Amino acid sequence: MEVTPLGDSAVLIRVAENFDDAPEHALEKVLAAQRALSAAKIPGMVELVPAYTTVSLFYDPVRAIDAGAPVENVFGWLEQRIREVIAKIDNVSANPIKSAVIDVPVCYDPEFGLDLEDVARQAGINPNEVVDLHVSAEYRVHCVGFIGGFPFLGGLPRNLATPRRETPRKEIPAGSVGIGGKQTGIYPIKSPGGWNIIGRTPLRLFDPQKNPPIVLRAGDRVRFRPITREELEGSTIERTGAERDGRAAAKG
Amino acid sequence: MNATAIRAGFLTSVQDLGRTSLREFGISLGGALDPHALRVANLLVGNAESAAGLEITFGGLRLRFADDRIVAWCGGDFDARVGSTALLSGHPAFVHSGEEFSIDSPMIGRRAWLAISGGTDVPIVLGSRSGDLRAGFGGIKGRPIRDGEEIPLGENPAQSVKLIEKLRAKKIAPWKPPHDWSSPARREPALRYTRGADAGQCVPAALELFRSARFVVSPDSDRMGVRLDGPTLERSNDADLLSEAVAPGTVQVPPSGQPILLLNDCQTIGGYPKLAHVITVDLRIAAQLRPSDSVRFREVSLADAHRALAERERDLEQFRRGIESHFK
Repeated sequence: MEVTPLGDSAVLIRVAENFDDAPEHALEKVLAAQRALSAAKIPGMVELVPAYTTVSLFYDPVRAIDAGAPVENVFGWLEQRIREVIAKIDNVSANPIKSAVIDVPVCYDPEFGLDLEDVARQAGINPNEVVDLHVSAEYRVHCVGFIGGFPFLGGLPRNLATPRRETPRKEIPAGSVGIGGKQTGIYPIKSPGGWNIIGRTPLRLFDPQKNPPIVLRAGDRVRFRPITREELEGSTIERTGAERDGRAAAKG
Repeated sequence: MNATAIRAGFLTSVQDLGRTSLREFGISLGGALDPHALRVANLLVGNAESAAGLEITFGGLRLRFADDRIVAWCGGDFDARVGSTALLSGHPAFVHSGEEFSIDSPMIGRRAWLAISGGTDVPIVLGSRSGDLRAGFGGIKGRPIRDGEEIPLGENPAQSVKLIEKLRAKKIAPWKPPHDWSSPARREPALRYTRGADAGQCVPAALELFRSARFVVSPDSDRMGVRLDGPTLERSNDADLLSEAVAPGTVQVPPSGQPILLLNDCQTIGGYPKLAHVITVDLRIAAQLRPSDSVRFREVSLADAHRALAERERDLEQFRRGIESHFK
């Protein structure tokens, strides 16, 4: 495990060496580290950011110093505590967290799937087959970022991997489902972006008036379900984190 | 009571100390790009340090008050006035009902933070009043303030009411914080940095160049980051890395080799190599950089960065105690 300073107020903790060969294993290690660090309440810790193979711990150096960290070596003091916490984590792969599968309805109509044709051409299949493949897989959220609530989903069928567009679009509508390289993701709010857009979901993934403001979090499992344009236009699906957790509990 | 932005200026927004504990959801820290300046300005008017104020970019703001208030500002080298009287940075001033605060474009620097007694009383969204202009929430409708817009203000705290009475006659208080607290802008500053986690992803000559060369601030710099033009910093590998956390202060190197210094509204994760991290106490100087300004970088140790931060916090505590008598 590598622990490196990320400036003077954060520490980057690399808990998995490899992502491409075993993405799910990396994710479980990251989630386990996040849970353990979150429970450990290391003095001065502000928040944790999980992403792919790392968890970053943001801290307030002044609070850490107040809690006894030597000003000459705040990093070393934190590193020791972080290593102690991580060392106590039991075998991760034996004990993965059960997460419910979250259903994401998507309309793959070409009006919304702006790049569906391009993705199909590059994969050497037709657009319907792209849709079939996209809905056939189960995905996992490896991290959330870029903009509020944007989930980076791993598990894309290999055939659908498509490089990002050479020229990013200035504006991509909220709810757009895209493919960027080996990943798929959803734009929660309208924003510029370079991913290939294949459809749109009415699910509202980001709502600053709710807490938590996002629906999909690192570790969640996701499946896409095709819907018609009528279904898309008929509703914006509001879903709070609490409802989501309730649903997850109900499904076990 | 409200204040009216008769002229909103180039880019004015409501900012407090930002949002924490939401990075894992992809939400930026946000908040005043110079939180120290806002904290000091708040202390000067009798507010809590974390009260929301106005972040003013390139000036142009004219604000009319509907009741008596204390105001103070910290930031670049601006020409500010209360009515027709010049108001230097760092001095609390009394503004009476109907009077105007105005601030012109700066000679040096880019931004100023205005604290108003009672604070800017916009709704708290996700724990902060700050406008997240990129995601479009918080502040006033998630966007910059517009001409003619009303800015809601909280009630004057008891301390400010006392200061209003004290300053009613002489208008502007003679006391102020240390000069570099209220006026952080510098010509050709050298920003201190610690070595980045991915310094090894750039060729050794790139780190040497970063340490020695002069960079020029590009026009497309904003609250997300300062884009720098200068010698190309060559990466040893063309591929981007797996995304991981970045932070305000992170200097990343995109494929173009022209570095970007991230500021508070930056994305939470990124995949460009992180060459360096500007230390927290120097980010306030970075917040003053404007297009075509030049800037250099100087490497320090992490211990230096933490010592500087701890010292500043100690000095602020002393200042906080020192000004208490003015509010009695």
